[in-house]
Amino acid sequence: MKKTTLLLASTALVMGASGAFAGSHTGSITAVSWGGAYTVSQIEAYHKPWTAATGNKVVSEDYSGGIAEVKAQVEAGNVTWDIIDVEKSDAVRGCDEGLFMEIDPTSLPNGADGSSAVDDFIPGSFTDCAVANIVWSTIFAYDSSVTPNGPASIADFFNPAAFPGKRGLRKSPKANLEMALAADGVASADIYDVLATDEGVDRAFAKLDTIKDIVVWWEAGAQPPQLLADGEVAMTTAYNGRIFNAVAGEGKSFEIVWDAQVLDVDMWAIIKGAPNADLAMEFLKFSTETEQLAAQASYIAYGPARKSSAPFVTTYHSNADLDMGPQMPTAEANLATAIPNDFEFWADNADELNERFNAWLIN
Amino acid sequence: MAEAQAKAFVEFQRVQKSYDGEVLVVKDLNLSVARGEFLTMLGPSGSGKTTCLMMLAGFETATHGEILLDGKPINNIPPHKRGIGMVFQNYALFPHMTVGENLSFPLEVRKFNKIDREAKVKRALDMVEMGDFLSRRPSQLSGGQQQRIALARALVFEPELVLMDEPLGALDKQLREKMQFEITDLAHKLGITVVYVTHDQTEALTMSDRVAVFNDGVIQQIAAPDTLYESPDNSFVAQFIGENNTLEGMVKEIKNGVALVQLDSGDLINCKPINVTKPGERTRVSIRPERVEYNKDRLKKGVHTLKAEVLEFIYMGDIFRTRLRVAGNDEFIIKTRNAPDQIRLQPGTEIEIGWMPEDCRALDA
Amino acid sequence: MTDATGPLLAVDGTPLKRKLAQSLFRSRARAFGLALPLLAFIIVVFVYPILDFLGRSVYDARFATLMPMTTEAMADWDGTSQPTEAMADALVLDLVVSKKEKTIGKVATRVNRELSGTRSLFTKTARSAAKFESPFMAALIEKDKDWADLETWQAMKTASRVFTPAYVAAALDRKMLADGSIVQQSEERRIHVKLFWRTMEISFLVTVFCLILGYPIAYLMASLPMRTSNLLLILVLLPFWTSLLVRTTAWIAMLQAQGVMNDLFVVFGLATEDDRFSLIYNKTGTLIAMTHILLPFMILPLFSVMKTISPTYVRAAKSMGATDWTSFWRVYFPQSVPGIGAGALLCFILALGYYITPALVGGQDGQMISNIIDFHMRKSLNWNLAAAMGLIMLVFVLFLFWLYDRIVGIDNMKLG
Ligand SMILES: Nc1ncnc2c1ncn2[C@@H]1O[C@H](COP(=O)(O)OP(=O)(O)O)[C@@H](O)[C@H]1O
Ligand SMILES: [Mg+2]
Repeated sequence: MKKTTLLLASTALVMGASGAFAGSHTGSITAVSWGGAYTVSQIEAYHKPWTAATGNKVVSEDYSGGIAEVKAQVEAGNVTWDIIDVEKSDAVRGCDEGLFMEIDPTSLPNGADGSSAVDDFIPGSFTDCAVANIVWSTIFAYDSSVTPNGPASIADFFNPAAFPGKRGLRKSPKANLEMALAADGVASADIYDVLATDEGVDRAFAKLDTIKDIVVWWEAGAQPPQLLADGEVAMTTAYNGRIFNAVAGEGKSFEIVWDAQVLDVDMWAIIKGAPNADLAMEFLKFSTETEQLAAQASYIAYGPARKSSAPFVTTYHSNADLDMGPQMPTAEANLATAIPNDFEFWADNADELNERFNAWLIN
Repeated sequence: MAEAQAKAFVEFQRVQKSYDGEVLVVKDLNLSVARGEFLTMLGPSGSGKTTCLMMLAGFETATHGEILLDGKPINNIPPHKRGIGMVFQNYALFPHMTVGENLSFPLEVRKFNKIDREAKVKRALDMVEMGDFLSRRPSQLSGGQQQRIALARALVFEPELVLMDEPLGALDKQLREKMQFEITDLAHKLGITVVYVTHDQTEALTMSDRVAVFNDGVIQQIAAPDTLYESPDNSFVAQFIGENNTLEGMVKEIKNGVALVQLDSGDLINCKPINVTKPGERTRVSIRPERVEYNKDRLKKGVHTLKAEVLEFIYMGDIFRTRLRVAGNDEFIIKTRNAPDQIRLQPGTEIEIGWMPEDCRALDA
Repeated sequence: MTDATGPLLAVDGTPLKRKLAQSLFRSRARAFGLALPLLAFIIVVFVYPILDFLGRSVYDARFATLMPMTTEAMADWDGTSQPTEAMADALVLDLVVSKKEKTIGKVATRVNRELSGTRSLFTKTARSAAKFESPFMAALIEKDKDWADLETWQAMKTASRVFTPAYVAAALDRKMLADGSIVQQSEERRIHVKLFWRTMEISFLVTVFCLILGYPIAYLMASLPMRTSNLLLILVLLPFWTSLLVRTTAWIAMLQAQGVMNDLFVVFGLATEDDRFSLIYNKTGTLIAMTHILLPFMILPLFSVMKTISPTYVRAAKSMGATDWTSFWRVYFPQSVPGIGAGALLCFILALGYYITPALVGGQDGQMISNIIDFHMRKSLNWNLAAAMGLIMLVFVLFLFWLYDRIVGIDNMKLG
């Protein structure tokens, strides 16, 4: 066991060097998130108000997803991060691996409308170790200046005959398999039941086969808007916030198709052995309050995880005419055919489906 | 002159060379080498010898002028078609080939068949007494052995002209002397024409039919070794070839082919005028150390003598070397044979020295 | 020379051999002392972690430590007969403990690697295990019929091995069964061997391209005067001063369908506006970008070797009647082989491990084994499998060195 510690200590030394001193001051925590516009929205909506209210500081660090760094820090016993914004699948896996502290949802403050936290948060907002802050989704988008009569449904995405041009897809089975089944006519509610069977997986891959030759695979969230802007693809799946930012921030004429959007949550998790765990917990509670979650929505088009935040969602921070409500994945109009990501399904089957997906890719 | 030209095998006509467009490293060079001749280019480092050789071999182009080989201009013939054998200073034996392969290389590119190749390689190796080293690598040979292989390789395809650029420069003295002999011997036996480059005057004198003395891109004198030694045309040649004593002075008169020179010390001596023409000219007088006589009994009548003080006596085995102060010159050397009756001069003694007027040459100042 | 009656003695009477050893020892100790800090540093932060990490490819005590009773109960089980009641007892006890200790997630993840879908089976069962009543096998099956499945138990059996070839087998598209035998993975899950081959292929092609592009440049640099060649050297090294990411991204701008290259092709009529070349997000993209990035690693060793090849060799060859080509091919080229060997080995080995570039520009058929390793390191957290693939790569690279040593000789290698 000791030797593992040594290995991980050196790994963590390299990976966490920049944060090594940041977290050790009293009254300060290190919050790790995805960077870019997303971190900015958190700084504006969470960090600044918290500092104003409590005097504690938040040191913000960026990472590119995955919990390998967390694992390295925890196993080495040299944790420098306190709180981290993770995808739900990572929240579950990190919890399984014992990397995150357990969080009791009932300890969270009530919503602004007085409802208890457990009722206030949308379903699927809690795992044993994490609390959701935003709802984001994987949608697909196209450039309406290039394709004026653009696609309207997920079936169109899988129909290159009617809508020619390359397709951008995330290089991961997640969301792709769901969307493929939806395009193949499976109702949103039945997607995971179908996917749980071998025939269902075959069916999803068969659907993906129909566009395999024209797919450009992306991995980082920043890529899809770029691919669209460069004309490299005719349409691409993307994180809705990224497309929104390209439209609202850079004036691009991208159009989001909400059909068969795959809903997911991002969550706060506190790292086991965090140097400022208590403070981090306070920050977590503060930042997931109704007001803060609602405030974040004026900086980025991700929906608040609390239902009670919806009435407080206003306009885009730099454009008072741009109402944020309809931009949310959780907006009523966008939810009709939405597919909420089933993390249990993915926790069970990610290994096999990843393997199958990777094999499918190279064959 | 016309006849010499017709017989010339290699000829440089008014050749100039500049590498950078600013400095001429070879200036207006005229030189002809007869078939079968062993000609040496001798000169200090940087005097343009290698440059001349490289122009002849085709690795450098003349900036101006014409080079003729066997009467034909070769300026536009690429090196590999000139059929000239070359030996380089560091031998340039191909390290990745055996001795046999090295020798076989020029034959292969000339498309000799295998049987001919083997026969020629063997003959060439035997010629330099290296027959047993066929399958060795160059790195497994001593310097002298490598040198022989390089020689054999330059000769194996039977070129009529062979160029050698300081081929013995890396060898120790004894080996060098042995190789000097072997090279000249081979050259004469095979009847090849050799243009040889060296900065070692002894080597030049012992090996060559004729020597061209280079300085600063110009041939100072071109002559047979004995002429060069005994009748240098100018003070550079006199200085450069062999050991030499010089005394500075001014021409007083020239009469009957004898110049009277007043040395700076005031002494008067008789000299042979070489490049002085009229009284009043400054001159540098040159006398070879072995032509100086101090034994009164052997001094000829009517010879000018000078006073000298013995400064140092060096016993060198075959000869004695004595340093004197003569007419204010502390570096005046005389050499005498170690004969049974020879006097060994003691430092501090005062003596009289003299020489034959024709051994004392009044050169440019 | 040696004395038949005894060893050679030094002046003071000690044997010469010992004397020599003494004096050598002192200078060696000094040399060792000078290298010691670096050596210690390398061992602590490099060699040791690597060995330790590679150890994971065959060592995995997670299940055995967290489920000790089950492991013991299954030790004698042959993996094919019906699971015994004793095994069920041990399992339930272990589940209760691991639920309490909150280690059930780790156990479930471990078994899930062997049999997809078992993670929730474990977490679900553990939640209610404390309320189970004997006989436990029946209770388990009642909770979930998957417990009646032999496969489930076989997966546990495989996971319970501490020293296991399972990961190495998985890295080679094979699967270890409960009885210890190793079989091929099912067709649609075979990926690693194919990727290993593709990695070789891409690395080989990149090396060849680097050689083709780099050799003339190195030759030029070696034959130019010092000042000009230094300038060229700086140009060759220039890319090193730019971040790898920036360079790769620049290639995206160059090569994409609406990029500079394709625009030029359209202008020159080599492609049409609607039918542009696919130069990126495929193997072509990976090859182009990696060749560019690795080119200096080919040029530098080549240059350093060529610099030492005296121009007189080529002159000698020409004076002997060889044409330009023959003197190059027969005389110059063979002497530059050590540089080619070093450059090619360097390029090839570096190419084997590249992952940022293929990840960004490789699309689906430009992926390499390192991308999968990266995936298992960062995404799936299956470090054991990552270690197993790393081990295979390491063994392969060592094999290459050995081969190189046999063919060219490692002391012939010149890196600079
Ligand atoms: N390749 C070259 N480029 C520029 N200058 C050169 C080159 N080779 C020789 N030189 C110059 O030309 C002059 C004559 O050189 P070289 O022919 O090698 O003299 P030598 O062989 O008599 O020593 C020297 O001043 C040398 O610096
Ligand atoms: Mg020279």
